Amino acid sequence: MANAAAHGSDKNYLNETSGIWSWLTTLDHKRIGIMYFVTVMFFFLLGGIMALLIRLELMSPGPTIMTADTYNQVMTYHGAIMVFMVIIPGIPAILGNFFLPIHIGAKDVAFPKLNLLSWYCLMAGALLAFSTLFTHKIDTGWTFYTPYSIKTGTSVVTMVIAAFIMGMSSILTGLNFIATVHKLRAPGMTMYRIPLFVWALYSTAILQVLATPVLGITLLLLTMERTFGVGIFDPALGGDPVLFQHFFWFYSHPAVYIMILPAMGVVSELIATFSRKTIFGYTAIAYSSLGIAGVSFFVWGHHMFVSGQSTTAGVLFSFITMLVGVPTAIKMFNWISTMYKGSVQMQSPMLFALGFLFLFAIGGVTGIMLAVLPVDVHFHDTYFVVAHFHYVMVGGTLMAIMGGFYYWFPKMFGKMYSEALARFSFVFIFIGFNVTFFPQFVLGAMGMPRRYFDYIPAYHSLNTISTVGSWLIATGFLIGLYTIINGLTKGAKAPANPWGGKTLEWTTTSPPPHFNFDVEPVITAGPYEYR
Amino acid sequence: MSTDSHSAHGHEHHVAHHFRSAEHEYLTSKEGIWLFMVTEILMFGGLFVGYSIFHNIYPEMFAEGAKSLDWKMGFTNTLVLIFSSLTMALGIYFLQRNQAKKAAMSLAITIFCGAIFMVIKYFEYTHKFHLGLYPGRFLDVTKVGAEHANLGMYFGFYYCMTGLHGIHVLLGMGLISWVLFRTVRGDFNSNYYTAVEGVGIFWHIVDLIWIFLFPLLYLVG
Amino acid sequence: MANSHDDSQGHHITPFATYLKVAGALFALTFLTVIAHHFNQQLGALAAPVAFLIATVKAVLVMLWFMHLKYDSVMNRVIFGAGFFFLALLLAFSGLDIWTRVIETSTL
Repeated sequence: MANAAAHGSDKNYLNETSGIWSWLTTLDHKRIGIMYFVTVMFFFLLGGIMALLIRLELMSPGPTIMTADTYNQVMTYHGAIMVFMVIIPGIPAILGNFFLPIHIGAKDVAFPKLNLLSWYCLMAGALLAFSTLFTHKIDTGWTFYTPYSIKTGTSVVTMVIAAFIMGMSSILTGLNFIATVHKLRAPGMTMYRIPLFVWALYSTAILQVLATPVLGITLLLLTMERTFGVGIFDPALGGDPVLFQHFFWFYSHPAVYIMILPAMGVVSELIATFSRKTIFGYTAIAYSSLGIAGVSFFVWGHHMFVSGQSTTAGVLFSFITMLVGVPTAIKMFNWISTMYKGSVQMQSPMLFALGFLFLFAIGGVTGIMLAVLPVDVHFHDTYFVVAHFHYVMVGGTLMAIMGGFYYWFPKMFGKMYSEALARFSFVFIFIGFNVTFFPQFVLGAMGMPRRYFDYIPAYHSLNTISTVGSWLIATGFLIGLYTIINGLTKGAKAPANPWGGKTLEWTTTSPPPHFNFDVEPVITAGPYEYR
Repeated sequence: MSTDSHSAHGHEHHVAHHFRSAEHEYLTSKEGIWLFMVTEILMFGGLFVGYSIFHNIYPEMFAEGAKSLDWKMGFTNTLVLIFSSLTMALGIYFLQRNQAKKAAMSLAITIFCGAIFMVIKYFEYTHKFHLGLYPGRFLDVTKVGAEHANLGMYFGFYYCMTGLHGIHVLLGMGLISWVLFRTVRGDFNSNYYTAVEGVGIFWHIVDLIWIFLFPLLYLVG
Repeated sequence: MANSHDDSQGHHITPFATYLKVAGALFALTFLTVIAHHFNQQLGALAAPVAFLIATVKAVLVMLWFMHLKYDSVMNRVIFGAGFFFLALLLAFSGLDIWTRVIETSTL
């Protein structure tokens, strides 16, 4: 591959210019990635506190620490913050912004100004969303289902406009990535030589551009519905609340893959590097990313099996949904085949990748269970669904985010972190996660409905276990935060390639120079040429 | 093709550092513009999908609503927008030929047409308000004497669709004013006119949507 | 500056006369829409399809010549086309649900 950077100068993207203003006006994709890192971590902290409050309230039946109304609000903020401000921007905007251009040998993303604008959109949306905390709050759940969202006295309009603005941020990121991948690849970097992380981000970007506008118009119509009562989603005027769900899930189902596809990309990188082996089935993994993106547009009705959708549509959606299992399984088998007979090294990023495989397998298989229409009729709106999507979103995406941070931390900041601390954080997060969410599968099967403030005494013990688990997760993330701060302040200087990775980011210095490479790389081979 | 005689003055465009050439930058920007236009199509499209579904469920109600619109107004507006699309396209044509003055004139006419469109829209809206034809729950069925109890939904669609379109006309006028200013300043020539091309495509989308809104709201009903 | 000034030689310039012809066709088709509207009764169920057919022809004219898609790259055409495809998808599945539902008689 291209030249190893042996540059004497100490200039890098972090110390090229200084001062807060140089960050707020930066057009450097790496700095924008860091800005996303800081802000998204802050939102994650807020959303996490909400989650802990929910679990604390549910520790025992009846009112524990809050009123039923407060509970509804906390639950809504937890969902909205985690979805719109954490996992949707998470991997693409932090790791994607930082590494996508480097991975393809470019100096920047195609439209650096739009990239910065997308960060400001997220900030504006987030500020607007948090402003509702000081007005009438919001209690609709993150899905804003009509007719309740039309009738409730809370600040739905403000929150919905906030989500609209954050959607624009997501569109700008996606648009930027598609144009970057199409147009800015370095000489010799064909589409079949880009790392699988880039393939995953590319598939995600397609979803961001094609699905988010429909969310935009849905949210605008909801605003109109609340202010003028236009009647499109209101049965009183002959409208159809289920149509709102169609529109909403046309975006929000692909959005689920906006959350998980980049995670799969991160895991592909981790497994290839830490197995010291050429990835098994490069094209299969690449195309399965596109495949998942494609299928995701045809399955949204599985969220509406008990919403009054017609049986014909339900049966059709049920069958198509099971198709999602095919490209997903292709990825799983290829990752396992990559590890087979590889020199697997159990460093902390790899631990998170293996944790991902384990948890995502459970999340995925329960997803197939829920895709089966008659099964879903029983499980719908129970804790089984809550457990399922937390296994995918937290067990999948958050594990990959953590693994990716630990993997790329030396490259991003030029410092090493404490491996022992990182392993501790993994142990706490992994065990805590299972303690929290596995009991919820059982609770769901026992019939405990989701989103409820109270429950019957029969669910008490499992809920208590779940709450204790949430404290373990919190401990794990706090250790993770400490690992990062400790690494930033006291970490040893990172070499250019601490893990023996083969993708382009490891050929440049840690941290990379302002223009990523001292000399534009020329690519002559694929991304994972180990053996 | 005429060459550098005009591009000597004004602000010379610098290719951003991460592009290999001006052409590379142009093609990338163009792809970005098209990706953005897809989001516009899908956003407006949601309204069209809603319209088609409810038009199918309540055809008579929609017919009643359409009758209260004056097709002559919509017709005039269609002609105005098509003419403005022509002048927009000509603006780019003149820039490609390095005729900045004619280009500026075309862009100015385009903005003027947009203004005419908005004025006509204003009269349409105020006329509706005068008759009490408000959207949704604000439409008083007995006062208006509507045959269908949910006529408010038709006007819900009418105001949402034309309103969102109107906002886009205003945005477009703003964008064209910006490229007009830059044209007069001498930023553009046959080598660099990407911004005008992008704004042009946006303006044509606005026209495109109106081409469908006209029969949908005024005629078929 | 590193870039060559000859790059835009490659850009296609649509002749002035073509723009006028396209605009002329668009005006004519608009008149045709209105004329067809006056024969609503005779056209019956065909009235709506005729109006939309004309609108589609107009839209295609705008896209190909005014928006220069005729001379644009295949990728940009695919990108723009994708928008319409996914829109059709939204309509198809939402419509499928609504038209296969057991209809409750509305009081409206």
